[in-house]
Amino acid sequence: MTTLPTQTQKKLGLVIDLDTCVGCHACVVSCKGWNTENYGAPLSDKDAYGAEPMGTFLNRVHAFEVKPEVGPAQTVHFPKSCLHCEDAPCVTVCPTGASYKRVEDGIVLVNESDCIGCGLCAWSCPYGARELDQVEGVMKKCTLCVDRIYNENLPEIDREPSCVRTCPANARHFGDFADPDSNVSRLTAERGGMDLMAEMGTKPVNKYLPPRPKDEMGEIDILAPLLAPVAADPKGFLGWLDKALEKL
Amino acid sequence: MTHQQPIIDTSPKVSDEIRKTTCYMCACRCGINVHMKSGKVAYIEGNRDHPVNKGVLCAKGSAGIMQINAPSRLRAPLKRVGPRGSGAFEEISWEEAMDIAVGHLKPIRENDPTKLAFFTGRDQSQSFTGLWAQNYGTPNFAAHGGFCSVNMAAGGIYTMGGAFWEFGQPDWDRTKLFMLFGVAEDHDSNPIKMGLSKIKGNGGKIIGVNPIRSGYNAIADEWVGITPGTDGLLILSLIHELFKAGKIDLEYLSRFTNAPVLIDADTGLLMRDADGKELVIDRNTGNLVAFNTKGIMPDLAATHEGNRTVFQLMAEKYLEPQYAPDAVAEECGISAGRIRKIAHELGRVAFDEEIVLDQEWTDFRGDKHDKMVGRPVSFHSMRGVSAHSNGFQTCRALHTLQIVLGTVEVPGGFRFKPPYPKPATAHPKPHCKVTPGKPLDGPHLGYVQGPDDLCLHDDGSPVRIDKAYTWENPMSAHGLMHMVISNAHAGDPYKIDTLFMYMANMSWNSSMNTRGVMEMLTDKDENGDYVIPNIIYSDAYSSEMVAYADLVLPDTTYLERHDCISLLDRPICEADAAADAIRWPVIEPDRDVRGFQSVLVDLGARLGMPAFVNEDGSAKYKDYADYIVNHERKPGIGPLSGFRGENGDQFGRGAPNPDQLNRYIENGGFAVHHIPEGSDYYKPWNMAYQDWAVGIGLYDKPEPYLFQLYAEPLRKFQRAAEGHGDRQPPEHLRERIKETMDPLPTWYAPFEDSNVDTTEFTVHALTQRPMAMYHSWGTQNAWLRQIHGRNPLYVPTKLWEQHGFAEGDWARVTSAHGSITVPVAHHGGLNDSTVWTWNAIGKRKGAWALDEKAPEATKGFLLNHLIHELQPEKGDGLRWANSDPVTGQAAWFDLRVKIEKTTAPEECDPAFDAIKSPVGQGPKDLAWKVGK
Amino acid sequence: MHPAPSVIVFTVFSGLGFGLLAFLGLGIPNVGPWASFAFFFIAFACAVGGLLASTFHLGHPERAIKAFSQWRSSWLSREGCLAVAALLVMGLYAFLVIFFDTRIGLLGYIGAALSIATIYATSMIYAQLKTVPRWNTALTPVYFLVLSIGGGALLAGQVHLAGLMLALAGAVQVITWMKGDTRFEERGHTLETATGLGFMGKVRLFEGPHTSANYLMKEMVHVVGRKHSQKLRVIALVFMSLVPSIILLALPAGHFLALVAVVSHIAGTIASRWLFFAEAEHAVGLYYDKR
Ligand SMILES: Nc1nc2c(c(=O)[nH]1)N[C@H]1C(S)=C(S)[C@@H](COP(=O)(O)OP(=O)(O)OC[C@H]3O[C@@H](n4cnc5c(=O)[nH]c(N)nc54)[C@H](O)[C@@H]3O)O[C@H]1N2
Ligand SMILES: Nc1nc2c(c(=O)[nH]1)N[C@H]1C(S)=C(S)[C@@H](COP(=O)(O)OP(=O)(O)OC[C@H]3O[C@@H](n4cnc5c(=O)[nH]c(N)nc54)[C@H](O)[C@@H]3O)O[C@H]1N2
Ligand code: SF4
Ligand code: SF4
Ligand code: SF4
Ligand code: SF4
Ligand code: SF4
Ligand SMILES: [Mo]
Repeated sequence: MTTLPTQTQKKLGLVIDLDTCVGCHACVVSCKGWNTENYGAPLSDKDAYGAEPMGTFLNRVHAFEVKPEVGPAQTVHFPKSCLHCEDAPCVTVCPTGASYKRVEDGIVLVNESDCIGCGLCAWSCPYGARELDQVEGVMKKCTLCVDRIYNENLPEIDREPSCVRTCPANARHFGDFADPDSNVSRLTAERGGMDLMAEMGTKPVNKYLPPRPKDEMGEIDILAPLLAPVAADPKGFLGWLDKALEKL
Repeated sequence: MTHQQPIIDTSPKVSDEIRKTTCYMCACRCGINVHMKSGKVAYIEGNRDHPVNKGVLCAKGSAGIMQINAPSRLRAPLKRVGPRGSGAFEEISWEEAMDIAVGHLKPIRENDPTKLAFFTGRDQSQSFTGLWAQNYGTPNFAAHGGFCSVNMAAGGIYTMGGAFWEFGQPDWDRTKLFMLFGVAEDHDSNPIKMGLSKIKGNGGKIIGVNPIRSGYNAIADEWVGITPGTDGLLILSLIHELFKAGKIDLEYLSRFTNAPVLIDADTGLLMRDADGKELVIDRNTGNLVAFNTKGIMPDLAATHEGNRTVFQLMAEKYLEPQYAPDAVAEECGISAGRIRKIAHELGRVAFDEEIVLDQEWTDFRGDKHDKMVGRPVSFHSMRGVSAHSNGFQTCRALHTLQIVLGTVEVPGGFRFKPPYPKPATAHPKPHCKVTPGKPLDGPHLGYVQGPDDLCLHDDGSPVRIDKAYTWENPMSAHGLMHMVISNAHAGDPYKIDTLFMYMANMSWNSSMNTRGVMEMLTDKDENGDYVIPNIIYSDAYSSEMVAYADLVLPDTTYLERHDCISLLDRPICEADAAADAIRWPVIEPDRDVRGFQSVLVDLGARLGMPAFVNEDGSAKYKDYADYIVNHERKPGIGPLSGFRGENGDQFGRGAPNPDQLNRYIENGGFAVHHIPEGSDYYKPWNMAYQDWAVGIGLYDKPEPYLFQLYAEPLRKFQRAAEGHGDRQPPEHLRERIKETMDPLPTWYAPFEDSNVDTTEFTVHALTQRPMAMYHSWGTQNAWLRQIHGRNPLYVPTKLWEQHGFAEGDWARVTSAHGSITVPVAHHGGLNDSTVWTWNAIGKRKGAWALDEKAPEATKGFLLNHLIHELQPEKGDGLRWANSDPVTGQAAWFDLRVKIEKTTAPEECDPAFDAIKSPVGQGPKDLAWKVGK
Repeated sequence: MHPAPSVIVFTVFSGLGFGLLAFLGLGIPNVGPWASFAFFFIAFACAVGGLLASTFHLGHPERAIKAFSQWRSSWLSREGCLAVAALLVMGLYAFLVIFFDTRIGLLGYIGAALSIATIYATSMIYAQLKTVPRWNTALTPVYFLVLSIGGGALLAGQVHLAGLMLALAGAVQVITWMKGDTRFEERGHTLETATGLGFMGKVRLFEGPHTSANYLMKEMVHVVGRKHSQKLRVIALVFMSLVPSIILLALPAGHFLALVAVVSHIAGTIASRWLFFAEAEHAVGLYYDKR
């Protein structure tokens, strides 16, 4: 049944730190690698070596530019995958029940053997988190690496999403938002974790940590105490030097 | 509840086996876990135990599976059957290929080894290829460093016995203020990302100095959008401010640098005693003593018979008003206030946030220190500084800034990685004595100490084809690969017979003046013979360069061969550990290809080169793996440091261990040996470190030294230019040498600024490495090419509006050398007078097994068409090399252009004819899955 | 949104088909078995043909049966169930009318209601999507219903009713355009809310996540061709509504003119439906700085 569970036991998801993401696409490709080889059909690539390649990816990194009132434009790298929304419209629109949200952990998944590839769930997702695989004809989306995070064939330390494990800048964190003491809950509280397009009412589980303030050494703060000169000219400098060396 | 959800397997089997080896998708050399299913590579992830990447992996690394399966892989040796450059080949056997190669190489070696030019690209076996070339006997060998970052290496090694690049790293755990100059990605790509995040996590600050705000500079707390080529000026201004405020580490300068050394006022050379030791005045006694005398406090302020110290010359020079923030602000494109603030912040963090470790240590004078003082300011820099014609001096300036703050090799500062620190004087000098049929008299590349060490014939002409170590670029420590083809084509300094290249896409993205190079490679003389008679090339893939070879030796991919990441070469050490690594065949090739190093071992034996044959003339090594294990550079020291000795329990020194490779494989493909605590800072002067380094074979004897703020070798070249000594530069170079080889770091405008009309060519044009693409080879990767399949020219807001550009527009971009037509895009976080694009995305039609209509070939472009290896002619009728005058480093980023809006063409201009693909074209759709 | 031919054909023809079925279910026009056969044939051809066309849009049409399962939550599933129910009921009804000349009124009324409900369900597939503000309004079902009923009336030969309904459809169409044009802005979805970065300043896309195309951009970020939309709007309005209503209301009746009205209406509706998709901006376009 494609209704949403009224409540999930855990709320697993990601925190993405926009202050440290350097936009390296490591998470993108690692995700592609893991999910090609694991859960469901491989993530295909149409026209792989041709004029118009088009493949399925579950995680993509945009780069935005933000122009503040004063100061130069800033660049923000912006990874985006399924946010595992609490009020996931992609689940309720699905005609077949292929899309569902797991009761135990809130992960939103597609049961590929039930999916007819109608695409409606992708239409209903504001975030562009679902892509219809062009070779397989089924809907693909981030699985939160459901086949890693509980996987007893992996060492405990590796039971985290592929993209989190690989991120060189440590900009991705995985955990349970239902637990207020979890790493992700604490990061969200400390750093003011944000929802994307909150007005859509999807109640995303994944949170984004905003970039910290930048360019504070710009023109604005001219009152800051600056280096006081010890001498006005090279001669005076040598006088100072002599005194300073005495003190060593 | 009616909610039913499918039961899924959350514990599927991940793989049959994990094979641990080293990534080769770039030169960072991370450890990888290769997951195998049914004997095939299924998934690649980072190795958590590996010293370099500690488990993380970049986009390229994870995409390795698409690389080893790329349809562009060469399949067998190729013999050219069509005209050069056409791409028409026939596949031949290895026996025939080796016969052809030996047929060219043997007579050259016996008659005149200079007729061979052997140049390698970004391979990771230069200690091996260097040995091969030395044994062959040609003086014409170098790797790619000359067009990459030799300024960085030479600037650092001549100044402080180590450099940024791969020679050291910030103390990521302790740094509180980190300043990054001109870096987009760099070789240490994962460690830098991990480090940046560490600094942020510890509440530290990052200042990014870069005309472009992307990548690392996007996450920097402060973005300083400098005008290209002016970093030296900014840095000297920071030094000016710090001097003026007395925010300099006087004790550090006194004890560990040549700042207190006296300079002979007549010659400008350092004063030395009879043993050649530099002289200082001891402030305690007032005596003139050798710098390394126990118990002294060298006096920065001393004068001796009218001879002043280095420090006084520095103070005099850098306190000059020309370096004041207000004087440099406009040129640098940074406000004076901001420069002052940065200087203030550097001084504040270095001195007010001083770190003190309770750690005793003894310095090279025998003086004991009860603590280690740290200044938690660190710096890193790469090609943004290096790839300018003033890059050598700018690198020196940056090291000087680090040193006056007392922040090199101290807690929180910049730390060397073994085998560094290693001063220029402990490196070999270049060798170039040729004897037909015999090895060269020593290693090719090294560090000259003065005019006597140049590689010149008695008549003053260059010995080497690339004119390295000549007056044009005396300190060209890495050679000048970017000049080889044009010099060989011009027959200047002489003609060669065979050009032998390995892993460098010289007819495309690694050359300046790409079209010109293609013409040189195909040009014929009056007899109808190629001007460069024979070209042998080794590549693993169907690159643009393959089409220009007569004989192609197909290499394996990185998961199909043995490789050695050696302490003799470019190891994977960390600041607190020596480490090296291997690659090993985790899969077997399914094609008729061979590891190129093994091919060289074989060729060495066939040519009877001493290092590769036994007394009886039989081959000494079966293959490269055999060489890795059994070759000894010196007794007990070989390519790999780990698991040496009969029991495999020795590191560094020890007899060859036949089981060594297996031990590496068991250990995850690497070996690490930690520097004991207390030896891991102050390394150049710390006797505990020096002894440790001797113990593992990094040095033969302790090599403590002073940082060379004043670089005497430069002064020696200046003196020659002033007319002293026997070896004299040609007249036309005298002034330039005097100006650019200042022994104290200095700044002059990039050459292109004075050679082209800057009122016409107002705009600077740059390239950056994309993080998810490695030069030209990422393109054959089905996953990566979707991320970067074409590249626009990014234009800053000011120019965007001035030219009335809109999304989808195209521009004609013109330099003094040429013109290209390319798509444009808007970038707000960009210096007002700079445009840029991603490097090496543009591809030649027909290469890399791609469709001829691939966006890389129609919408992707190279900036290289606009850059010439020679500067336009000046008033004197001469064309100067587009290189740094000290090192010969290719000045890629000096480029000046103008842009105009133009109507959108079908495809980028210039477009070249397609080359015939020797491997056909890749399959249509991929739905890749190894395990079903 | 991508104006895929399959969805255009589906919505246009199933709309017409079910519209006509609704009339037939109500016993309009009241004609003999053979004439009824012709009407039913047209109605079923349109409805079934439209439904079949919609399966071209599917990645796995062979599994279409599964789409009937989620009628409790999914409008697409409801639409499927209703369509089948409507076709079954009307099929039985038609069978009795054609072969037994027996008209069971209740059965017809149920069939008519199911047909209208099907159209409504179809419209709700689009109207429910918050991600497409232009669609996410009560006007969407009105637009679908008016057009279906108008088109159904036209095919059912209900000259005056059709004329009025199609004129009304024209009016509804104009209102949907007017309201629709500002709807996205009114909802307040911006690149700033999409990224959460509005607190820092004005946001624009610097570099997309990939230079190649992807499914999202092909499916949901349709910008090409939109520049012709003003022209197409006129064409749609004229052919879908104006021409047929003038013919029906102001000109003398006749088979030829009726045919002209029908062809004109269908052509205009196709244009209207093309615009319905092509002009609909999906919120995900924000992330690509294209809507
Ligand atoms: N405009 C501009 N141009 C530049 C630069 C710039 O910043 N701007 N940077 C310069 C710099 S620093 C560099 S280092 C050069 C890099 O330029 P190149 O050295 O040409 O770099 P790659 O594209 O990596 O090409 C190396 C070749 O090695 C081949 N190869 C890959 N793997 C293997 C292997 O396992 N075995 C063998 N035998 N071959 C292999 C590839 O197929 C390719 O043909 O570009 C230079 N060019
Ligand atoms: N992913 C990836 N990694 C790579 C490579 C790759 O191709 N792909 N190539 C490897 C190789 S061979 C090399 S040499 C390294 C090079 O690594 P980097 O040194 O990072 O080289 P570039 O990408 O050329 O970046 C040069 C940077 O300098 C900036 N810059 C240019 N001129 C100036 C200037 O005058 N002042 C300042 N402050 N900045 C300036 C440019 O904006 C750019 O950000 O990367 C290595 N790592
Ligand atoms: S992000 Fe999109 S796909 Fe993921 S749960 Fe939310 S609506 Fe569904
Ligand atoms: S594409 Fe598949 S998962 Fe998505 S709504 Fe349709 S049937 Fe459900
Ligand atoms: S959690 Fe797994 S599936 Fe989701 S984006 Fe990360 S790697 Fe991809
Ligand atoms: S791997 Fe980490 S740093 Fe790189 S793009 Fe993804 S989130 Fe950003
Ligand atoms: S940085 Fe990336 S490509 Fe380079 S070695 Fe490491 S994982 Fe491989
Ligand atoms: Mo390089």
